[in-house]
Amino acid sequence: MSTAVLEVDALSRAFGGVQAVDGVSFSLHPGEIVGLIGPNGAGKTTLVNLVTGVVRPSSGTVRFNGCDVTRQRPWQAARNGLARTFQVVQPFPEMTVLDNVAAGALFAGQAASRADAHAQARDHLSFVGLAGEAHRPAAALPLPGRKRLELAKSLAMKPKVLLLDEVNAGLNTGEVEHALKLMRAIADRGITILIIEHLMKVVLTLSQRILVLHRGKLVSQGDPKTVIQDPVVVEAYLGRKFAERQMKLADG
Amino acid sequence: MDVLQILVNGLMLGALYACIAVGFSLVWGVLNVINMLHGSFIVLGGYLAFFAWRDLGVHPLLSLVGIAALLFALGWALQYGLINHIVARPVLTTLTLTFGLDMIVYNFMTLAFTATPRRVALDLGVLHALDVVVPVDRIIAMVLALALTALLFLVLRTSALGRAIVAVRMDRDAASLMGIRVERIYAMTFGIGALMAGACGSLLAVVYPVTTMMADQFLGKAFVVCVIGGLGSVPGALAGGLALGLIESVSGHLVGPQHAMTIGFSLMVLLLMTRPTGLLGTQGYE
Amino acid sequence: MKRGIAIFIALTAVMAAVPFVADNYVVRLCTFLCMYAALALSWNVIGGYAGYPSFSTAGFFGLGAYAGALMQHAGANPVVSWLAATVVVAGLAVSIGRFILRMKGHYFAIGSLAIVEVLRLVASSWASLTGGGDGLNVPILQGGPDFVGRVFLFSMMAMMIVCFAMTVLVDRTRLGFGLRCIKQNEDAADMVGIDVTSYKTAAFALSAMFCGTIGAIYASWVAYIDPSDAFSTLLSLKIPVMTMLGGPGTVLGPVVGAWIFVVLEEMIWAQFLELNRAILGIVIVLLIFTLPGGLLGLRLPAWNWRALVGLRSRIPEAQ
Repeated sequence: MSTAVLEVDALSRAFGGVQAVDGVSFSLHPGEIVGLIGPNGAGKTTLVNLVTGVVRPSSGTVRFNGCDVTRQRPWQAARNGLARTFQVVQPFPEMTVLDNVAAGALFAGQAASRADAHAQARDHLSFVGLAGEAHRPAAALPLPGRKRLELAKSLAMKPKVLLLDEVNAGLNTGEVEHALKLMRAIADRGITILIIEHLMKVVLTLSQRILVLHRGKLVSQGDPKTVIQDPVVVEAYLGRKFAERQMKLADG
Repeated sequence: MDVLQILVNGLMLGALYACIAVGFSLVWGVLNVINMLHGSFIVLGGYLAFFAWRDLGVHPLLSLVGIAALLFALGWALQYGLINHIVARPVLTTLTLTFGLDMIVYNFMTLAFTATPRRVALDLGVLHALDVVVPVDRIIAMVLALALTALLFLVLRTSALGRAIVAVRMDRDAASLMGIRVERIYAMTFGIGALMAGACGSLLAVVYPVTTMMADQFLGKAFVVCVIGGLGSVPGALAGGLALGLIESVSGHLVGPQHAMTIGFSLMVLLLMTRPTGLLGTQGYE
Repeated sequence: MKRGIAIFIALTAVMAAVPFVADNYVVRLCTFLCMYAALALSWNVIGGYAGYPSFSTAGFFGLGAYAGALMQHAGANPVVSWLAATVVVAGLAVSIGRFILRMKGHYFAIGSLAIVEVLRLVASSWASLTGGGDGLNVPILQGGPDFVGRVFLFSMMAMMIVCFAMTVLVDRTRLGFGLRCIKQNEDAADMVGIDVTSYKTAAFALSAMFCGTIGAIYASWVAYIDPSDAFSTLLSLKIPVMTMLGGPGTVLGPVVGAWIFVVLEEMIWAQFLELNRAILGIVIVLLIFTLPGGLLGLRLPAWNWRALVGLRSRIPEAQ
């Protein structure tokens, strides 16, 4: 078993009286694709915020490549190789698409110069299929384009671990297919991916392992087949009909 | 000086400060616009009260109503005609615009009224109770200031207009979806802010000599009250005003009145750095 | 941008020739042109690039003025005093920057304005040091009006050149790029690997320190300062307006805006002394409604003069 690239140990965070994340522990190993599922309000985005330093944990630790990064700030996480996308996309609206991606390359990706950053940005834009939009302002892109921009930007940051927060929300079937292909290609590059998703099809197709969060606690983890049969998960999130259908699909 | 006297002075001052600030706080909270004209509105109200009393023989308590109406109209017109168009723009733009408008108003006031201090001297004598000395005109001003503030609170709480204003304050887009004409509400709110400023100004004219040069000071006090008490709420303005009044009264006694303002401002800066949403935060919505 | 730099150099060269062809009135006017251009260029770093609406220019200017004046009082040579003032102001900006830059939008604006107020009140109250309301006299430079006029024209011009150079540097480097990102979406900037706090503090310090130098030079020039003159709220308002007039977030915008503003003001002062505030107010109102991106932001359809003159840096700014 290779050493974990990301280790989360008993991570907790409360907001006022609400325990948003409660004693969550898991690890990510290099090259894995791990799915994170759970009902709305389970604490998935908060967990990502805790890991990337946007929010301080009340207790627990985060280790990245063996180093304790519990108290890191988001920009430090970015420079260390931990990138994330936002559920509600966060571009630099008035800057061009190219500049948006170049920002990722220049700062977190530690490009040597702006020219170098722009060159890298062009590569990433081609990868996600946005090469033609390079000189449009980011605000002019429709939602699927913005999601791809977000992805390109995070790739430009040269991440070792990529946390994708509902990258497919709002996309239609065709767009989701395209996104799936992109994510497989990213994993093939050796980047470890944690993907938060509601689309079970995506999670089941991509993930080698699934984590299930419910009311801030990690209630189940393991390979996809086992997890979707777990009665706790079925009760909390999937629903019986869905689980049965999945079983039929898997067997048949 | 007696502790009780300092306290009473502080509270009376505080009531006036609350009234000064509540209109400003409302506009800031609802429109997200800092109205740099607020100080000038106060001074304008004061001057109008003075001239109504001196030249027309109208008692300040009566002219209060007329002045309030006049300033409401002025505020409403400014908002609907000009400020509404740039409400969505960045902070720098809205601040600079109201700053610019204030310069126009200020200039014309200085020309029309001159900077001579004016006061409506009612000479109502002085009240003695429990070793505390309070001029009667100040008591009346305080009571009226509190009454006005309470009236505003009631309007916001109970009237349809008031609820609409609070709705816009909480979530402009949602309010718009509910059928509220946001631009009209903005204009009404700004008008109310001007009204409160003008009314308070005419009350102040009874207590202090009012001059154009005090406009900046009033504005400064309104800022401090908002930072202490939070934005857009009447209870917040009241709490902030009373707090500032007490602080000034106490520090005025300890280090002298000229330093009282420095202390108030420094406190504001400290608060801004540590708790920018004020001591009461955004809780008190009424 | 190269064109913009070339234009700036050309105009500066022309201005350098002024003392040899024109009278002291014009020399004085040019000195003001340089002074305000330098102040506007400084403000542009925090206000235009980073997008933090600062009203603290007068605070740094005034502090520099007093620091410089006090040092000269103590016998120091003017240039040394000016340099010392720069250090003092930079120090203040770095120490309070951490705190004040935590605030955003309105709160930051008020906080920055409050700095000016507090400094002015301190200057007025601490009479034993600053002379309080009576003000402070500064030893007058010897050499006659022509010589003195030239010295200060070239000093202010040097400051303008320094501030312009600083702006070009900021614009071209990572700092400028990072500040633009911060202005558009501070959270995203953080996530992309920008050390937001350090960048903002650097911008704030850069925007402050030369205001201090300029304040010190001003004190030496007019030979007398008092609190309301040095810490004038009006100055804090005019500087952003000048930059907005020319075009915030650009390299040449503050210079263009400052020069046009000063000339306008001079013409209005001469004609309408009593109404000068009102007219300034009207200019501001007109500016906001007709020129949202400043003069350099005008999008004239047929004749895209921006591209023609190449005055703007590559990344467009809508505000």
